[in-house]
Amino acid sequence: MLIRRPADLASSEITPRGLFERRRTFIKAAGLGSIAGAAALLGLEAGNAMAGSKLAGVRKSPFSIDEKATPFKDVTSYNNYYEFGTDKYSPAHEAHRLKTRPWTVSIEGLVRKPRSLGIEDILRLAPLEERIYRMRCVEGWSMVIPWVGFPLAALLKQVEPLGSAKFVEFQTLSDPQSMPGVKSPVLDWPYLEGLRLDEAMHPLTIMAVGLYGEELPNQNGAPLRLVVPWKYGFKGAKSIVKIRFADRAPGTAWMKAAPQEYGFYSNVNPGVDHPRWSQATERRIGEFLKRKTLMFNGYGEQVAQLYAGMDLKKFY
Amino acid sequence: MDWHQPTARRITAIKLALFLLCLLPLARLVIGAAQDELGANPIEFITRSLGTWTLNFLLITLAVTPLRHLTGLHWLLRLRRMLGLYAFFYAALHLATYLWLDQFFDWAAIAKDIVKRPFITAGFSAFVLLVPLAATSNNAMVRKLGGRRWTRLHRAIYAIAIIGVIHYWWLVKKDITQPLLYAVLLGLLLGFRAVRLARERQRQLATYPGMPK
Ligand code: HEM
Repeated sequence: MLIRRPADLASSEITPRGLFERRRTFIKAAGLGSIAGAAALLGLEAGNAMAGSKLAGVRKSPFSIDEKATPFKDVTSYNNYYEFGTDKYSPAHEAHRLKTRPWTVSIEGLVRKPRSLGIEDILRLAPLEERIYRMRCVEGWSMVIPWVGFPLAALLKQVEPLGSAKFVEFQTLSDPQSMPGVKSPVLDWPYLEGLRLDEAMHPLTIMAVGLYGEELPNQNGAPLRLVVPWKYGFKGAKSIVKIRFADRAPGTAWMKAAPQEYGFYSNVNPGVDHPRWSQATERRIGEFLKRKTLMFNGYGEQVAQLYAGMDLKKFY
Repeated sequence: MDWHQPTARRITAIKLALFLLCLLPLARLVIGAAQDELGANPIEFITRSLGTWTLNFLLITLAVTPLRHLTGLHWLLRLRRMLGLYAFFYAALHLATYLWLDQFFDWAAIAKDIVKRPFITAGFSAFVLLVPLAATSNNAMVRKLGGRRWTRLHRAIYAIAIIGVIHYWWLVKKDITQPLLYAVLLGLLLGFRAVRLARERQRQLATYPGMPK
């Protein structure tokens, strides 16, 4: 497999997290705009990102890209996590109720050794690496995020997948006590995502457990989440409780919700428009002008061969 | 004071207060932008907020007639033109944000959007329909067109509001709570008129002796 090695990134190029620590007020996006919210017209709500504890022994990775990272505060205050509400400002406000200890991940299905692993054991499976990746949301915005994690392959090898296993399914926690969003049927809970086995084993695919050198904030999918940088962001299942090996492609949450809009692969592809918007360009958070979206989100050299001979307009 | 018969001076004061009140949503965006308080994606925030307020003002404008009938405060009608013009004002700003901040005058992408993305097609149609209403919102135009023709033209606001709700419905990814709320409110506002119209018809019929009731 051909792996490109981007130039090593000097740590000084990443904007220090402290800069983004300053408290910020956020105007509640959705409710305020409505007539119902008109009374609260000038209401401002204070919100600040939760500070996590520092992760020790994090190594640099040749897979990191050399682009300016999106500020910590933006990464942690603007993202989709429907279990905490459908608007992108909700997760930062709602996710504090999620309890991430104790946490176990059950790995099952077509495997020789099904196992249930505690988060502490998972964290010891492989050395933690910093992976600075592009993240492209299907909605047309993007970020550069310094994740901390380890290759998903290290976790999957623990259970010795059978030869019949062709796909891997990821299941997010669905807990009405701590996740207000799952009380409404916007999606078919629990949130399911899936990868082909070769995609799951690809060295770019990671289980992220941290961000900016610290433990993953709840709103970004603590205690562990999937990151597949050449696919649209929603493929990265958050707060994972179950991983299942299967011989057929799992039905994912977004495919069930709108099959004509979301495909199983969901590779970033500027040539295939979403039915309701163009995917040719994106707004990098923090930038004014839109930039061109790159095929496979710029990871073509590493992943294009996974799809050799496939019609990506058909398998979108 | 007598709320049913306010003096001319009081009406002027009410109009001035309303004029300033209607600028608050814009003020909030300007202040928010200046202080960098519009979240991680300010352009999206501004576009959405202006779209929401366009729809709010359309519904508020449509609420004047039912409110007038329910309360008997007939002078409310004198505020309606300003509210309608504010709907146009926010629509124009909403369109401008889209053309400038969102697309940065990439006319090829904009043309493609208008043709290809149903929600943009709907929003654009609603805006195009609003233009003649705004252009005829002065006394001279009312006189020129004549009351009946002017009224008929301005009934286009019903279609504009309906298309506005469709625009909203089509643009949300999955959660239709907000567009549904607007659809219900609009249904109530238009339903009120339909019921009144039906009652009016019945009353007229009843005045002809010998007609079946
Ligand atoms: C009478 C005319 C219009 C009305 C009532 C209207 C209303 C709305 C509403 C309610 C929203 C959603 C706000 C939210 O998410 O909170 C919106 C968003 C939007 N509208 Fe309009 N709109 C109109 C015309 C237009 C026009 C002419 C365009 C562009 C050609 C346009 C483009 C957009 C865009 C790009 C969004 C944001 C979509 C997104 O962020 O995903 N609208 N509009």
